[in-house]
Amino acid sequence: MRLLILTFLNGLTLAALYFMVASGFTLVFGLMRQINLAHGSLYLLGGYVGYEVSQMAGSWFLGVGAGFVAMAVIGLLLQTLLFRFMEGQELRQTLVTIGLSIIAADLMLAKWGGLSYQFDPPEWLFGSTPMPIINAYPTYRLFLLGVAIVIGVLLWFFLTRTRVGMMIRAGVDDRAILSASGVNVQLVFAITFAIGAGLAGFAGVVGGTALSIAPGEDSRYLLASLVVVIVGGMGSVPGAAIGAVLVGLAEQFGLAYTPTYGIMFTFVIMVAVLAVRPQGILGRRA
Amino acid sequence: MSAVLPAQPANASGAVAVGRRSAARPYHFIVALLLLVFPFVASDFWIVQIGAQSLILGVIALSLMFLAGYGGMVSLAQMTVAGVAAYMIAIFGVSTTGSGLGWPWWAVIPWAIAIATLYATLVGALSVRTEGIYTIMITLAIGMATFYLAQQNYTVFNGFDGFKGLEPPHLFDVDSREPLPFYFLSLAVAAVCYFFVLYVSRSTFGLSLQAIRDNARRMRALGYNVTLHRIVAYSLAGLIAALGGVLSVWYNGRVSPGSIGISPIINILIIAVMGGMLRPAGPFVGAIVFVLLQTFAIDFIDRERFNTLIGTVFFLVVLFSTDGLLGLWERVRVRLTAPRAGVTSGQRDGAEGQR
Repeated sequence: MRLLILTFLNGLTLAALYFMVASGFTLVFGLMRQINLAHGSLYLLGGYVGYEVSQMAGSWFLGVGAGFVAMAVIGLLLQTLLFRFMEGQELRQTLVTIGLSIIAADLMLAKWGGLSYQFDPPEWLFGSTPMPIINAYPTYRLFLLGVAIVIGVLLWFFLTRTRVGMMIRAGVDDRAILSASGVNVQLVFAITFAIGAGLAGFAGVVGGTALSIAPGEDSRYLLASLVVVIVGGMGSVPGAAIGAVLVGLAEQFGLAYTPTYGIMFTFVIMVAVLAVRPQGILGRRA
Repeated sequence: MSAVLPAQPANASGAVAVGRRSAARPYHFIVALLLLVFPFVASDFWIVQIGAQSLILGVIALSLMFLAGYGGMVSLAQMTVAGVAAYMIAIFGVSTTGSGLGWPWWAVIPWAIAIATLYATLVGALSVRTEGIYTIMITLAIGMATFYLAQQNYTVFNGFDGFKGLEPPHLFDVDSREPLPFYFLSLAVAAVCYFFVLYVSRSTFGLSLQAIRDNARRMRALGYNVTLHRIVAYSLAGLIAALGGVLSVWYNGRVSPGSIGISPIINILIIAVMGGMLRPAGPFVGAIVFVLLQTFAIDFIDRERFNTLIGTVFFLVVLFSTDGLLGLWERVRVRLTAPRAGVTSGQRDGAEGQR
């Protein structure tokens, strides 16, 4: 019973992290039909930047903000200087982002080395919270869950209740008509990309605090985002949430009960979803 | 040679690109001659590390080119298919790790290739449910899942360590591990694969596959089984990748999860894209450039930073060409010859039409 609840909580908090990374990924894809395979690199770079800033400023929250802002700026630059000129060429964009992620991974290794970095979050986040049955659970992981929920609600609010959000949703449905009705689509694209990239950087700091920041995390989170959005459905933020919960739970339950094949559970879920609904649980056919 | 299509589509856009049916040109013979003479003048290092390695990587990348160029499906699982063949050689054959079943080579090789081809077919059956960009992600996820399975399973895949001490068979008293025999073995396999791809691309099946790439809906309406064509393309590509995998396990003498991890997977993509994914020669050009960079990068850049170098080269090639280095070369050639040959030479039109 104790193991069950612990595993469940672990799965849920891992899902929270996956959701933060994957929601930006799916947002960018939904609007721009563009796969950014450098998304994992943004996660890792955001983590490193956040670490440097929090070390310098002595404030963890500043680090989180820096991770978000720095990656949002980089996302903005990537979109306006690079991807804008490759609109509609999916394969080329994919390959260019793969190239970028290779370079980024190597340069990050050169700059920060192979060590893993640990953040120091504020005291009140660090301890453990008393809980029934399992006695106690790390406060930080609960915090992670809360942050993911807040982000989910904010994204929902942003997408359904604000003007820019409406434009983004309209762009997902029909880009040509949106552009014809006088909306500056390039601006909407740039904003979306900045938010998506910023979320990856944010998750880099927040997630890096829960686990650690080290080389290889970029491909790990890229893979997690891929599976999450494939399962949940490309371009759907609620889909990313469902996918993240499924994948997070599967990974943790697999790890707890059959340690050798933990990773295979994720894969089985993906295969099952593809077999029944190739477009993902909440995805729509393109 | 000429393939007869069961039904000619009402050709509105001329979208069906037909493989070039050009006669052999002088440079074909020059390349063939170079490949045959090269090992007799080069040192062992050049024969094996550069020559054989380029050929092996070229074969694996060729399988990706076949899928992507003719089928429009970019599968990142091709290295994994090669890895499955390599693992099968190790598991059922002889290795110094001691856990091999010790089958004789004439049984192990076809068995390994058959299993890898079957695996490729399953990958295909799964990923043809998706299209375009989704295929990349799904095949990448499949490749990574296989990598984790191999890394964490000790009973079959021997986990992190994998298998060591794998040797090619001795045939007719020839030790195929010696540089010359191994080079010619690789060259023979590469040539067979190259001409096989060329042949298939001009067969009825290959033409239908290219038509499906250009307009799947129209082909479906014409009564073609689009899904089956795509799955068969995966099987054929799997066969090629499996051959490359067998060679690579002999070349490396070992196979471990590291051989099918994310960086070898991406390397194959880099090789195919860098060389050009519209022609079977592309992957081999890409492989030579890749291997040369990998080997000699140490001279002008810190060895640690090889990935930055190859990433930058890849990035630039993708940014400036839609058809890799061969495409760049074609463009340069067209630009150079254009003033002299006139703009509307038939050959150039043919080349342009293919893009």
